[in-house]
Amino acid sequence: MLDKTTEELLGIVSDWSGKFNGAYNIRSNGQCAGRQSSENILLENKEDNPGLVVKIKPGTKGETVYIPACVTKGGINDLVYNDFFVGEGADVTIVAGCGVHTDDGHDVRHHGIHRFILDKGARVLYKEKHIGTGAGGGAKHIDPVTEVIQGEDSYLEMDTIQIGGVDRTFRKTTGTLGKGAQLVIKERIMTEGTQTANTDFAVELNGEDSSVDIVSRSVAKGQSYQEYHSKISGNARCKGHSECDAILADKGRVNAAPELFAGDLDAELIHEAAIGKIAGEQIIKLQTLGLSEEEAEAKIIEGFLRG
Amino acid sequence: MLSIKDLSWSLGSGEEILKNISLELPEGKLTVITGPNGGGKTSLAKLIAGLEKPDSGEISLDGENITDWDITRRSKAGIGYAFQQPVRFKGLNVRDLMELAAQRSLSEREICEILGKVGLCANEYLDRTIDASLSGGEAKRIEIASVLAKKDAKVLVFDEPEAGIDLWSFSSLIDAFERLKATENKSLLIISHQERILEISDYIVVIADGNVTKAGTREEILGGLFGEEKAERCPLGKDKEDNKNA
Repeated sequence: MLDKTTEELLGIVSDWSGKFNGAYNIRSNGQCAGRQSSENILLENKEDNPGLVVKIKPGTKGETVYIPACVTKGGINDLVYNDFFVGEGADVTIVAGCGVHTDDGHDVRHHGIHRFILDKGARVLYKEKHIGTGAGGGAKHIDPVTEVIQGEDSYLEMDTIQIGGVDRTFRKTTGTLGKGAQLVIKERIMTEGTQTANTDFAVELNGEDSSVDIVSRSVAKGQSYQEYHSKISGNARCKGHSECDAILADKGRVNAAPELFAGDLDAELIHEAAIGKIAGEQIIKLQTLGLSEEEAEAKIIEGFLRG
Repeated sequence: MLSIKDLSWSLGSGEEILKNISLELPEGKLTVITGPNGGGKTSLAKLIAGLEKPDSGEISLDGENITDWDITRRSKAGIGYAFQQPVRFKGLNVRDLMELAAQRSLSEREICEILGKVGLCANEYLDRTIDASLSGGEAKRIEIASVLAKKDAKVLVFDEPEAGIDLWSFSSLIDAFERLKATENKSLLIISHQERILEISDYIVVIADGNVTKAGTREEILGGLFGEEKAERCPLGKDKEDNKNA
């Protein structure tokens, strides 16, 4: 039986509406609160560490597996290791997502370590939403680590968003791409108050014609601070692109440090970065449509983070 | 009706841009403000929309003094404003902008109708982000469409709508202005040098060097602008000398 807070968090981070259609595992306060495998997607306990092994059969098409995690009590430090093995030619969606909540003075943390191994031609859409809630004075931490190993001609799209309320986050993503593999990462982070967010990408393009496209959009409000670091290493004929756009409001601060390494004459690597406040003309345009200054700013940020 | 009385506005440097301008915008009519570059036309449009505050004078809408109203309040009162240089957004798409203008959800058919007025096909543009990926002409037409979509508009101000758009789209735009004029009781104020726009106007106001130098019906003004002076391709009195020197 899930408590009300967990159900609310599940609704936000994984579109839970009382049930999931397909394979799923709900993790609540460090325990399994429900699990279901499907004919093609098998979820098992990990033997060496807390967490799951998710095996997706070759050729599986159109299925979604949900693996949300919620921590709703202060003082819990939830560490979980989830491994995903995606079989050749499979085409699936994986919905993760994490909500942390505390109503007391104790810190709460979810530390999810996800490893994706994609076989030849596999395609995955990975969706991850993070949120922190609760009026407690304890800090809310979410620290995801994602390791990606992509086989030939595989495709992984990571769509991650930190909606708000997370006091501290360290997000680390590494990728190793084989021949023809494509990795697309869309990251959106909103911080406010005194929150901090550190995000770090390191992608090795080892296979011929592999590619990565990293787009990070962030909004730093209040006195919050964000740090973005990306390193794309082109070790073969490949294409790499990273883009870091940040909007500053109030006294928010952002440090963007992109890095490119070309280890092959045919590596094509690009980085773009832009940091600044909302352009005044954007706010004025929306005011001419009838929005107040505050409504215009909120709308611009909403659109910016939606991408 | 929009009325402007003794309106003056200066740059921060003290340079006077508008000098005691007075005019009335007849309800449900199309008024074109024309005149040489730098004469103060765009400044007047911005003052009407509330983007700038006058040094002195009064702007009133339907008898109510709106001089001190901010942009939002003027917009809610029915004043729409199409920027000369369209604004770009990372993240907002065409549907967003049209729905913000209309202040409600719009069906694809409704958006299609609006975009069709400026020569755009909705299916191709509905989800396009209004960012640098749009050409100047596309962005300009979307900017104009956002004003056409505006809810409860009484006065629509277009600052050089012809700038940056191709001939075919311009022709669609002329049709849209004519339809608006014929079917809706909105006051249209267009800042323009374009002969075709002048030709569909009801009234023309010529502003030069911060002053209204001519004002009247199209018939009264056009003869002077495009009659004896047309051969010289110099529509506006004072501008004539400038153009000769150009």
